[in-house]
Amino acid sequence: MTAETEADVLTAETQVSAGPVGQSLKRREDPRFITGEGNYLDDIKLAGMSHLAILRSPYAHARITSIDTSGAKAMPGVLAVIVGADIPYNPLPMAWPAGGSSGVQNNVNTPRVLATDDVKWTGEGVAAVVAETPEQAADALEAIQVDWEPLPAVVDAEKATKEGAPQLHENAPNNVVFVWKVGDESGTAAAIDSAEVVVRQRLVNQRLIPNPLEVRGDIGWYNPGTDEYTIWMSSQTPHIQRLLLGAFVTGIPEHKIRCISPDVGGAFGTKIFCYADMALVMFASKLVGGRPVKWVETRRESYQSTIHGRDHISYLEIAGSRDGTIAGLRVKTYANLGGRLSTIGPGIPTTLYGRVLAGCYKFPNVFCEVTGVYTNTTFVDAYRGAGRPEATYVVERAMDLFADEIGMDPAEIRRRNFLPPDSFPYDNPSGLGTAVNGEKIYIDSGNYEPALDKALAMAGYADMASTKAEARTRGKLLGVGLSSYIEVCGVAPSKWIGAVGEGWGAAMWESANIRIHLTGKIILTIGTQPQGQGHETTFSQIVAQELGVPVEDVIVQHSDTKGAPFGYGSYGSRTASVGGSAAIKAAGKVREKARRYAAHMLEASPDDIEVDGATYSVRGSPDKKKTLQEISFAIGLGFSLPEGMEPYLDETAYYDTPNCTWPFGTHVAIVEIDDETGVVDLVRYIAVDDVGNKINPMIVDGQLHGGIAQGVGQALWEGAVYDDNGQLLSGTMMDYALPRASWLPMFELDETVTPSPVNPLGAKGVGEAGAIASTAAVANAVIDALSPLGIRHLDMPYTAQTVWRAMSQAKGGQA
Amino acid sequence: MTEHVSLTVNGIGREVDVEPRRLLVQLLREELDLTGTHVGCDTSQCGACTVTMDGRAVKSCTVLAVQADGANVTTIEGVAKAGAMHPLQSAFWEKHGLQCGFCTPGMIMAAMDLLDRVSDPSDEEIRHAIEGNICRCTGYHNIVLAIREAARTLRTGETASAGGVS
Repeated sequence: MTAETEADVLTAETQVSAGPVGQSLKRREDPRFITGEGNYLDDIKLAGMSHLAILRSPYAHARITSIDTSGAKAMPGVLAVIVGADIPYNPLPMAWPAGGSSGVQNNVNTPRVLATDDVKWTGEGVAAVVAETPEQAADALEAIQVDWEPLPAVVDAEKATKEGAPQLHENAPNNVVFVWKVGDESGTAAAIDSAEVVVRQRLVNQRLIPNPLEVRGDIGWYNPGTDEYTIWMSSQTPHIQRLLLGAFVTGIPEHKIRCISPDVGGAFGTKIFCYADMALVMFASKLVGGRPVKWVETRRESYQSTIHGRDHISYLEIAGSRDGTIAGLRVKTYANLGGRLSTIGPGIPTTLYGRVLAGCYKFPNVFCEVTGVYTNTTFVDAYRGAGRPEATYVVERAMDLFADEIGMDPAEIRRRNFLPPDSFPYDNPSGLGTAVNGEKIYIDSGNYEPALDKALAMAGYADMASTKAEARTRGKLLGVGLSSYIEVCGVAPSKWIGAVGEGWGAAMWESANIRIHLTGKIILTIGTQPQGQGHETTFSQIVAQELGVPVEDVIVQHSDTKGAPFGYGSYGSRTASVGGSAAIKAAGKVREKARRYAAHMLEASPDDIEVDGATYSVRGSPDKKKTLQEISFAIGLGFSLPEGMEPYLDETAYYDTPNCTWPFGTHVAIVEIDDETGVVDLVRYIAVDDVGNKINPMIVDGQLHGGIAQGVGQALWEGAVYDDNGQLLSGTMMDYALPRASWLPMFELDETVTPSPVNPLGAKGVGEAGAIASTAAVANAVIDALSPLGIRHLDMPYTAQTVWRAMSQAKGGQA
Repeated sequence: MTEHVSLTVNGIGREVDVEPRRLLVQLLREELDLTGTHVGCDTSQCGACTVTMDGRAVKSCTVLAVQADGANVTTIEGVAKAGAMHPLQSAFWEKHGLQCGFCTPGMIMAAMDLLDRVSDPSDEEIRHAIEGNICRCTGYHNIVLAIREAARTLRTGETASAGGVS
């Protein structure tokens, strides 16, 4: 066999169960984190480092008539004061307008590094101070005098599109960024018009603040000696930031910029994007003569200036017959994108939302129209799940509403409409997966009913009536909620990205480089970037498995554009399936070169060399063998090389996935609501997930736990709240309710395993699954608990106040 | 204007001159380079800055440096002894009680306080004890398992299976 083609490299050898892949190895990252030796952005101190602070707008919408910085410049320790007009850079880039070649109008407005003429949300940056200490910088901000001309504000996306609403941008009449459509409009209309039963509901998927525990920050350093820039950034995407900061924002040649992500303390999407502060610290460092400039946001600042998530208002119509067969789903959504657009803001409520609205169901007709809207709020972009939790919430609430209408059990209606296991690869007939030129993505694989059955059995679903009756004796309303979800991850085939016609400004392949030292020790360098997922562990498991070496012999490097091959980064649950496949491909190249060199050493034909783990032997003569370590040493020295072979084992691979991957499962939430107070208690949470093959099951479970908690947080407690003037009322952790330990139960997890046929690992991705499924499961449970009172829908979060009011109203109505 | 503060940090006597407005967490991170103690919010909600002061867990963002004068402070860097992890550290590693690691030092210090007072805590007591510490990654599930495991190890005196610092 030769490795001339990718198919040869991506052999089925990876599926063998012996070896480190599939083992719950403890994480090699952990010793540094549990001893206080992590190295997060704010832990970095550089010689001569100065500190930057940003003055942010107190108004949601205002013109800047003048800025007087003279007082601040005279403050102790101040090195420079910067306003927007000082900075010659372009506005931040828009990497994913919703329309692109499909012809949708995009009225793009992105932030400047510092605002020049006007501000569109409370917290937009207008001036900055560089000083010797953080305290001096903060003190000097207070001496900057800005004359403001406040303007009327609007924060609600639906209201912002109405006649007479305050207008944010001249190029966006009625504050509309785009109107994007997907699916079969006429077919869906006909299905709804002729249906036996149609259920309609308005749903609010409230705005969330993602809240990684480490806030964002950057350190910029301009080296006058080399005319090069280094930026340390708490980022998921250092390679992309180098590209965007160089080519789109600053004009500084890309090869003169180096981006480094140190340990990142959680991200959940927030650290994908190109932020103004990244360019600001570059500009500031050059301004102060090449001293490093550090900026770290405060939590309060983070709540205003790092992206938010979700914020949809949707009108759903679900139609079908009384036997539970769904004929059509039509959804009209207003997606709030904030005052200016974040890097891929428009892509989230379009491709990542509308294209998965059919969930795991064989709906023959689906149509979705999304209106992206400017409002005087912080920009909205990808937060864990990014579009898919919103879609799952719509379709899973729709299924429960329809079941309630026809008097069918929620489990039964799901079962009746699941795509059967022989449907795959599945091409949605309404065209949800079809690009403008006809290029398609398919649902790769699935078998939905076993996951549902397993989850129902774990929950004791069959006995739920008696469980509810028992709770009633304790003054509790017990509810059970299902969420059968699907997600698209492992994004994405580059040719589909290029063809989808939505202007997605990036391909989606991944990279890996393997070098084997003369001693046989291995360095894997990857283009993806961890933020807590344990990539150093899982990638070493993959390479150790592929090359037959102990995991301890592999170290994993990442997150520095100097030395790492270009990669698109970690988000969209893509790192294992796309990045992991790149690592397998690189290992395959190494193995093939080692095989050819072993043939040279053993004076045999390469075709006669058999590889068993790290042993390369001559077929039929098992005593004639060399280990990978022996091969590495000899080829590394290069004293004797076959004709045309280069010394050293050093191979780089780039992997472009042929399709996305589609994890699925069923989650069941059981809640108890106190009849007197309306307090909702999540008493049990059951999750059966199918994420394909697992590299490290312990890490997979951890990802599910965390995702579930975030989704539960949305259903029960979290919500970003603005007043009508655009002031963020939930402006600190005192006002924004993050899930706490005492509010959550232990999670009950199980699995089904349907390997993805898309990639050699058979892995599908798991980073977002928990967050995608859990919000809808809890919401359905709460509504189920309240349904005896005649309540058929409430908007989240289900705080005691919301639930108590609804219960009181319902009871009053009955009286 | 500065004030003089004498305190013991991780068993070592320290003499520091600080501005009166400086917080204990700033003293630890900036004056003593003990960056294992993190800052996650500015309202004393998240607990990432938790250390023990005279044996009790405190949020070091809510203690002025001058208030620590004469105190005995332990940070995450002082928890492992002679290169051997504390059972809490071993248990967090063993049970996958951390992901990004940012909350972990504070979480371990809060759990330290609990296990000093309660040798066999229930899950409810564990969850209550870390209620002031926010973790956004784990959903707390494995943190509860880790603290439960550490309590067991400390009670029985068994050596944690995770071994030493490596």
